[in-house]
Amino acid sequence: MKPHRKQRLMLIGLMLVGIGLAATFALKAFNENLMYFFSTTDVAEGKAPRDALFRLGGMVVKGSVERPGADLLVRFKLSDFSKEVTVEYSGILPDLFREGQGIVAKGRLDSRGVFVAEEVLAKHDENYMPPEVADSLKKAPEAE
Amino acid sequence: MSFIPAPLSRFFHRTASPPHFYALADKLVPWLTVLFLLLLIPGLYGGLVAAPADYQQGDSYRIIYIHVPAAWMSLFIYVLMAVMGGIALVWRMKLAEVMLISSAPIGAGFTFVALVTGSLWGKPMWGTWWVWDARLTSELILLFLYLGVTSLYGAIEDKRSAARAVSILALVGVVNIPIIHYSVEWWNTLHQGPTVSKMDKPSIHISMLIPLLLMAGAFKLYYAIAVLQSAKLELIKREPSAQWVKSLLENKA
Repeated sequence: MKPHRKQRLMLIGLMLVGIGLAATFALKAFNENLMYFFSTTDVAEGKAPRDALFRLGGMVVKGSVERPGADLLVRFKLSDFSKEVTVEYSGILPDLFREGQGIVAKGRLDSRGVFVAEEVLAKHDENYMPPEVADSLKKAPEAE
Repeated sequence: MSFIPAPLSRFFHRTASPPHFYALADKLVPWLTVLFLLLLIPGLYGGLVAAPADYQQGDSYRIIYIHVPAAWMSLFIYVLMAVMGGIALVWRMKLAEVMLISSAPIGAGFTFVALVTGSLWGKPMWGTWWVWDARLTSELILLFLYLGVTSLYGAIEDKRSAARAVSILALVGVVNIPIIHYSVEWWNTLHQGPTVSKMDKPSIHISMLIPLLLMAGAFKLYYAIAVLQSAKLELIKREPSAQWVKSLLENKA
């Protein structure tokens, strides 16, 4: 390779390393802001903001969904498999909302420690399968 | 001194010369079109008709047969553009510049399709058209990078220096590619994690995976056809008074 080409190649390599490092530091610095939601453990440990809007993500605990009144109010528990947080929401839930499904709710904590949601989004998981396969998988864990 | 064997390097230089490349592209395009249709038709049929409905999403999940291949292509084309940019800067190869600039609008198209189809799926499934999570935001930045490449090239009169500027932009922007890919693992996002590239266990049933891979192949071939056609045009635009262009026009007439 001719020397001036080698020099240009090295320059490009250095440029890429530099940009990569800069991007890494920038992303590290903004790490918290890039998190789309807080986990239920964050809330239980008091890491989530008080008196401010934030998003809370987790799995809807099986058997925890209840509708106390005749209106749209629905109450359920969210969990990340270690801590649970009670959520209240009044509105229409997305198609994928169901027990055992991941969701992200936006809202704030009230004085009782209940998360009052203004918006609930379903978080889809990365599994795709036909209904028959899902049924047979559901039977399998019970056998384990 | 060179680590590329002489015959290979000669082949490279011959192919990279505009008249040779033009003739080669002309010959390749019909074959690529046949292959494209051979993948596209069973892919579409398999994805939209033959594949079973999903256990949770029902038929809505079929958007993945467009959305996922388009999103893959949006990353793939950008990486190719960055490689072309590197070659153009180091070896000053005209063909690399032409391929880079011809790829940008196609990549922008795929990115746009990925964003729009994702949004259409997001409304019924997530409950929202758009969220500013890491995956969606970084993919939107990718669209702006593609548009930036095209506009920067258009803004500079002298096409050789335009190509140099665009190559640098393509290389700088490549830092966004791993961010897009790993965004769903590094941060909490509303967008789900990877399905197909997860090696430990398949997260998608085989009957759904096969049409997806067919569609991914079809999209790659579509890109190849589109980029060759637009590179041909760009080569002629670059050297309108070159001897080979004149003789080409005379043969056609």
